[in-house]
Amino acid sequence: MGIIDRRLPDNKIFEGVDLIVNWSRKSSLWWLTFATACCGIELMQTGASRFDLDRFGSVFRASPRQADLIIVAGTITLKMAERLKRLYEQIPEPKYVISMGSCANTGGPFIKDSYSVLRGVDRIIPVDVYVPGCPPRPEALIEGIMKLQEKIMKEKVFRK
Amino acid sequence: MSGEEIHRILKEKFGEKIGELKDGAQPSIEIDKEIIRELAKFLKEDSRFLFDHLVYITATDERTKIKVIWCLFSYTYKHYLVLKADLDRSNPEVDTVSDIWATAEWHERETYDFFGINFKGHPDLRRILLPDDWEGYPLRKDYTPPDFYHGIDNRYKR
Repeated sequence: MGIIDRRLPDNKIFEGVDLIVNWSRKSSLWWLTFATACCGIELMQTGASRFDLDRFGSVFRASPRQADLIIVAGTITLKMAERLKRLYEQIPEPKYVISMGSCANTGGPFIKDSYSVLRGVDRIIPVDVYVPGCPPRPEALIEGIMKLQEKIMKEKVFRK
Repeated sequence: MSGEEIHRILKEKFGEKIGELKDGAQPSIEIDKEIIRELAKFLKEDSRFLFDHLVYITATDERTKIKVIWCLFSYTYKHYLVLKADLDRSNPEVDTVSDIWATAEWHERETYDFFGINFKGHPDLRRILLPDDWEGYPLRKDYTPPDFYHGIDNRYKR
């Protein structure tokens, strides 16, 4: 938000302003379609009609420049890690990351001996919410998104 | 055609260059790596075999040698044949079959990628799955994974 970002006094008025900004941010969490493995199938399922992520204002975007959230769904190889980092950097602020599934959290079944798999996306980008599971069910992912919404509501935007 | 029949015909034509047969649903035959091109053309074109489909090429690292494996299938006769050849581990080299079965082009690149086998005569032998600047051949038994890749810390224990 530029020059007044985190500079205004922490009082009831600006608390109200922050509340409105945070509420609008959490209510339109547009996520980037980034699915690299079987978690991607659950991600599609979550976005589709049965679980309907649109209810939470979360719709998918094909371009990182229009997205607020990246859901890392699946195994990230070292070759992909650099691309993931670039995609993350292309998302405009404020940006959030959900790490979905064991592979994205820690490397999952590949953690011990794999030569090519990245051992957790938190080694390259900061993660807000970890969703465990292999793969997590759509309910679990929705829970993760709701946790992220809670987190966004606690943020200070204008206040010090 | 059964594995024994195939083995008998090949033995008549190529003699000592054809090794032992291991029979089964996919009969496998040990061969000398020198004859692979001649043998491949023969197996593909001879009317008794017509192995018109190369299912895969792969390899195994047996520590003292590297074994390269070709799996063939015939859509006409519905029979399989597996060919195995031993390569020198310090300098694994074998002739390409990519001009005989076009499928082999990518399979040879993959085998090169993971085992470092040099397929002589391949039109474009470079890595196919791993990044171009990757060091080493991961499916060899003596391979150790890199701790860092382009500045990314990928150690198991940090």
